[in-house]
Amino acid sequence: MDLMEYQAKELFAKHGVATTIGVVVETAEEAKAAAEQLGGVTVIKAQVKAGGRGKAGGVKIAKTPDEAFQYATDILNLTIKDLPVNRVLVTPATPPEEEYYFSFLLDRSNRQYLCIASVEGGVEIEEVAKTNPDAVKKIAIDPGKGVDAAKAREIATEAGFPEAVFEQAVTMIEKLYTVFVEEDATLVEVNPLARLAGDTLEALDGKVSLDENASEVRHPDHEAFEIREEADPLEAKAKDLGLNYVKLDGQVGIIGNGAGLVMSTLDVVAYAGEKHGGVKPANFLDIGGGANAQVMANGLDVILNDEQVKSVFVNVFGGITACDEVANGIKGALELLGDKATKPLVVRLDGNAVDKGRAILDELNHPLVTQVDTMDGAADKAAELANNA
Amino acid sequence: MSIYLNKDSKIIVQGITGGMGAKHTALMLDSGATIVGGVNARKAGTTVTHKDHDGNDVELPVFGTVAEAMKETGANVSVLFVPPAFTKDAAIEAIDAEMPLIVVITEGVPVQDTAEVWSYLQGKKTRMIGPNCPGIITPGESLAGITPHTIAGKGPVGLVSKSGTLTYQMMFELRDFGFSTAIGIGGDPIVGTTHIDALQAFEEDPETKVIVMIGEIGGDAEERAADYIKANITKPVVGYVAGFTAPEGKTMGHAGAIVSGSAGTAQAKKDALEAVGVKVGKTPSETAALAREILESL
Repeated sequence: MDLMEYQAKELFAKHGVATTIGVVVETAEEAKAAAEQLGGVTVIKAQVKAGGRGKAGGVKIAKTPDEAFQYATDILNLTIKDLPVNRVLVTPATPPEEEYYFSFLLDRSNRQYLCIASVEGGVEIEEVAKTNPDAVKKIAIDPGKGVDAAKAREIATEAGFPEAVFEQAVTMIEKLYTVFVEEDATLVEVNPLARLAGDTLEALDGKVSLDENASEVRHPDHEAFEIREEADPLEAKAKDLGLNYVKLDGQVGIIGNGAGLVMSTLDVVAYAGEKHGGVKPANFLDIGGGANAQVMANGLDVILNDEQVKSVFVNVFGGITACDEVANGIKGALELLGDKATKPLVVRLDGNAVDKGRAILDELNHPLVTQVDTMDGAADKAAELANNA
Repeated sequence: MSIYLNKDSKIIVQGITGGMGAKHTALMLDSGATIVGGVNARKAGTTVTHKDHDGNDVELPVFGTVAEAMKETGANVSVLFVPPAFTKDAAIEAIDAEMPLIVVITEGVPVQDTAEVWSYLQGKKTRMIGPNCPGIITPGESLAGITPHTIAGKGPVGLVSKSGTLTYQMMFELRDFGFSTAIGIGGDPIVGTTHIDALQAFEEDPETKVIVMIGEIGGDAEERAADYIKANITKPVVGYVAGFTAPEGKTMGHAGAIVSGSAGTAQAKKDALEAVGVKVGKTPSETAALAREILESL
């Protein structure tokens, strides 16, 4: 889960990382009031889970509360990388004298953690990495050893933090690592890490990605970072029903078991769609193992509520799951949904107890259900039905 | 022959008394695998009873620790069905006991826990498969995990896959040929056994004639495997990558299956594999057809 800047800064503050959170507001009036309260020059920053906010016009410096009002109005009307801006952060303007870059992240390729630091650049780090790669230091962190005071000192030395802020940098590195491990992050990034007037080091911006497995297991407080009313309504509904669902932009609803098979199903449907008017998969939905009637009904309910969906492809390979259970699930789901089920269903069952499963659907003889024996054939049929609808 | 797992494998189950552990202990026994006991500190000294492949009752002892279970039974494989919050400790216990192979089925393990286990494992005697994987099956010999043993029998195909259900799908597609070993390495960002490890083992296994490698979006494991194949693999390799149509920045179920930027896309992986002579199918059935063509020409 990616956090917005103000959420990242909340975690920074919680673990003693020097930062100024500012005031998060949802209206221009509140932005003005916040600017009045903070006094002086302020920065108005769009709060969205996307990079490149500055370039998109999402960051403005306001000299007066009235300017804060005007800029907040503009920014709250923006859409940055398809994300509407619903809130802005108002912070005191603290012009940096120097800008640095610092991050801890999960290095999956090398199965360890990585620290990336540069005292050149700050916000233009991608540019620095291209033109002067030696200025971007990459330091491997052994997850078993972590970052103690000595390691933090080693990192600060390697990165080349200037003497005036060196000790502050050591402290900040230790605390940022605390954020990384205590909050189970996969990324903690400070860009810019700023040297302010009076040689004070401060995290002016923050980007944090959290490991959702860890949030589930040991961070119940992370749930507060999810702003439910801003999630896609179908995704929110699926989440409430405990389904692993991602909304996409096509016409063929997809239900399958197992993440890999469902991903593969999306591909096969997209290929089939090339022959049928360019229809595409409408969603990712993995019902997992042991698909009973209720799970199948919940899945169908979510997909059939997607107005873009014209046909549905149920693709199940019975491994541990038996196909007769899946068939009974479909049967039960159609009974539960009754008149609400209006779109054609193409079903492909294979694997464990396939004969029984297919027999159940043959016997059901439901006008909306078509059985096809192969994954490719079923994808073709589902795409054809979606295109003809 | 086979890789990592064979008829002499003696398996214990960490979490044998839990729901998943009990269910799959029974299924592993039914496949003919040799299960010699389980571990649960709170139920040490008790036994659990399941049916073996021939329908006879098997009484399995429950031990307090992995070390004790190994000492009493000679176990050399442990399968973990332990809840995600306790998986790290369970894995470390098995590593400390010098268990040669641990297979971590558990889904939802915090990635930093896996990173710590991986760090702990360095220089130790244990191989870890998983987490978040279906495990490993050597058809007709043994099963350590949840792969259905009924899909396919023994044969010349070595299969390595990130995904469970795609493992099953591919075994089903090539069931008339059969498999030396099929291994699901898991879809998490960090796993103990990689495509490269399995490729190396299949290269060394005389029974394996063709290797099928299934990847999915996210990370660079497939690209690295391509480099490895170029330098080290002489056997024919057929590949499949899932997730061509996955949008960027969205997680598709497996924690690792997320695309950010251009690296890690299905197309990039397919290109990398094809550049080193791997035939890559667009769909599971096309991939199976490519493997079939090679198998029939052997």
